[in-house]
Amino acid sequence: MSTPLVDMRDICISFGGVHAVDHVSVDLQPGEVVGLLGHNGAGKSTLIKILSGAYAADSGEIYINGEKAEINNPRDARAYNIETIYQTLALADNLDAASNLFLGRELVTPLGFVDDDAMEAETRKIMARLNPNFRKFNVPVSALSGGQRQSVAIARAVYFNAKILIMDEPTAALGPHETQMVSELIKELKSQGLGIFLISHDVHDVMELCDRASVMKNGKLVGTVDIDDVTDDDLLSMIILGKRPGEAAEG
Amino acid sequence: MADTDAQLAPPTARKNLLQTLEIDMRMLGMLAAFIILCVGFNMVTGGRFLTPRNIFNLSIQTVSVAIMATGMVFIIVTRHIDLSVGAVLATCSAVMAMVQTSILPDMLGLGLGHPLIPWITIIVGMLVGTLIGAFHGFMIGYLMIPAFIVTLGGLLVWRNVAWYLTDGKTIGPLDTGFSKFGGINGTLGETGSWIVAAIAVVATLYGIWASRRNKIKHEMDVKPVWAEAVLAAVASGAIIGFVAIVNAYEIPTRRLQRMFERRGEVMPEGYTEAYGIPFSVLLLVAIVIIMTIIAKRTRFGRYIFAAGGNPDAAELSGINTRWLTVKIFGLMGLLCAISAVVASARLTNHSNDIGTLDELRVIAAAVIGGTALSGGFGTIYGAILGALVMQSLQSGMAMVGVDAPMQNIVVGSVLVLAVLIDTIYRKRAGAT
Repeated sequence: MSTPLVDMRDICISFGGVHAVDHVSVDLQPGEVVGLLGHNGAGKSTLIKILSGAYAADSGEIYINGEKAEINNPRDARAYNIETIYQTLALADNLDAASNLFLGRELVTPLGFVDDDAMEAETRKIMARLNPNFRKFNVPVSALSGGQRQSVAIARAVYFNAKILIMDEPTAALGPHETQMVSELIKELKSQGLGIFLISHDVHDVMELCDRASVMKNGKLVGTVDIDDVTDDDLLSMIILGKRPGEAAEG
Repeated sequence: MADTDAQLAPPTARKNLLQTLEIDMRMLGMLAAFIILCVGFNMVTGGRFLTPRNIFNLSIQTVSVAIMATGMVFIIVTRHIDLSVGAVLATCSAVMAMVQTSILPDMLGLGLGHPLIPWITIIVGMLVGTLIGAFHGFMIGYLMIPAFIVTLGGLLVWRNVAWYLTDGKTIGPLDTGFSKFGGINGTLGETGSWIVAAIAVVATLYGIWASRRNKIKHEMDVKPVWAEAVLAAVASGAIIGFVAIVNAYEIPTRRLQRMFERRGEVMPEGYTEAYGIPFSVLLLVAIVIIMTIIAKRTRFGRYIFAAGGNPDAAELSGINTRWLTVKIFGLMGLLCAISAVVASARLTNHSNDIGTLDELRVIAAAVIGGTALSGGFGTIYGAILGALVMQSLQSGMAMVGVDAPMQNIVVGSVLVLAVLIDTIYRKRAGAT
């Protein structure tokens, strides 16, 4: 295989004696979608927050394009073109769509002042591509529907030319039509050569969208499998029983 | 991700008058309450409330609290509180009083009345205020002590540091140059005030025009021309009106005579001169403009509101929220120092009780002005209006002859009532 886009090796983190992530290694190739599966509390979100800089790992190493990366905060992650769509969306509800899209990376005028008009114009452009029905540019995002908020969060990740995209339950709050749009977006981004970590507990989503799946249980990696080699039931038994396909169910 | 409701409405739906003008409803409500208050007091006092003299006094009495209220907006927006502003003001005032009356003239040998004394004093005071504020911010942001506790401790500490430094004695009289920042001791005079008014009107018109041009450049909707014209007329009218009022307040003949005598001249018969805009009010206007630009047009301001709206989102967006807290409290400390200049200069003395209970007035001004304690919302102009409402209420009642305990009971009740109305308004307006 070529050099992985992301290679997380032997990552550990614990909170107050609980091993939330326990010696887990995962990797991601360009143009690949890797699903991260597991129960609530399996450690998948925690693992991914280490990559996005929200948490610092206790031990383990991260390699980006084969080079060792130091990711200590979200700013570092952004410098590696890692963008994250959090399950909570991480939007400031009191600000409008443009302010949220550019939060932390505002466009400024030559004098260094925030250029709201330019940011709104850019936001209109990207929204025209992602969600053509979106028109509420001048209201706080708290006034938006779940789907509209999601599209703001996605626009934020896509706008800045992410190479590595982390999506934490991107369709959890969405209706069927909106879920379909997210699926199409994932396929489009994949074809552009992005690597995507897709956190989900919907096995069907993973079977449809992912190339490989890594399953976690109780902070440990159960295993990583090619989607083509497994069935829905295989994945389910990995999630529930913590066994790789072929391993004896008992023992 | 398509939306079903709301967006189906045609984007060019008919707007009512206020929407066309793009006026903030809450702002309008406060303004209306303020005007009713003033007119009401004017009627009860038989026309004594809205005299040039009283309006002049009201404006200079409001400055000190209003300056600090602008900083309190940022603090409350980020879900913190600062109970120490009155005490920090006292410490800054004490330090500045000592610097200008003994350290600079005697120890450093500049001599009393040296023209550099006010400026060195003010710089020292601003430095002290900023350091105290930033230290509070460090304890809140990095050591994770709640702002309530840090500043409650600060209230006791700095109030008594001021006492300790001065032995509780009143220090004065303060430097005459320094005292010009206090209001009646330093005003622009009639001609100067009109020049300032002209500049302000031109700047306002330019601002409205520039903002419109920028919106057109980015192909965004703009207000109809008549709506811009109405706003421009109201803003210009307010500026010219205020200057006309303070220019109508004439310096008493006795005082003018003394001024002429001091210069060794004789006052011509029938000579009059008006006070014009007090320097302290100009200072407040400058601070309001700067703070509004910070809030709306800088990354710092954007991050303040983002961190107030959703601290986690701000952190995940790569904003260093801890350092942000240090900066916000440092700015608050700086504003306390500037308020200390105005407050002590107005009295031409540093007294031990300077700034007592100011923390409550400042918080009340910010909250009456629409700053939400739950974070994320607040405006600078709102806080100024809040400070004006508080001050008008207090001095109006004093003028009517309401007893001191009753005054405080009313002010306290108004604070609670204002927040109640605001809460109801927010619910009706829907989550914003």
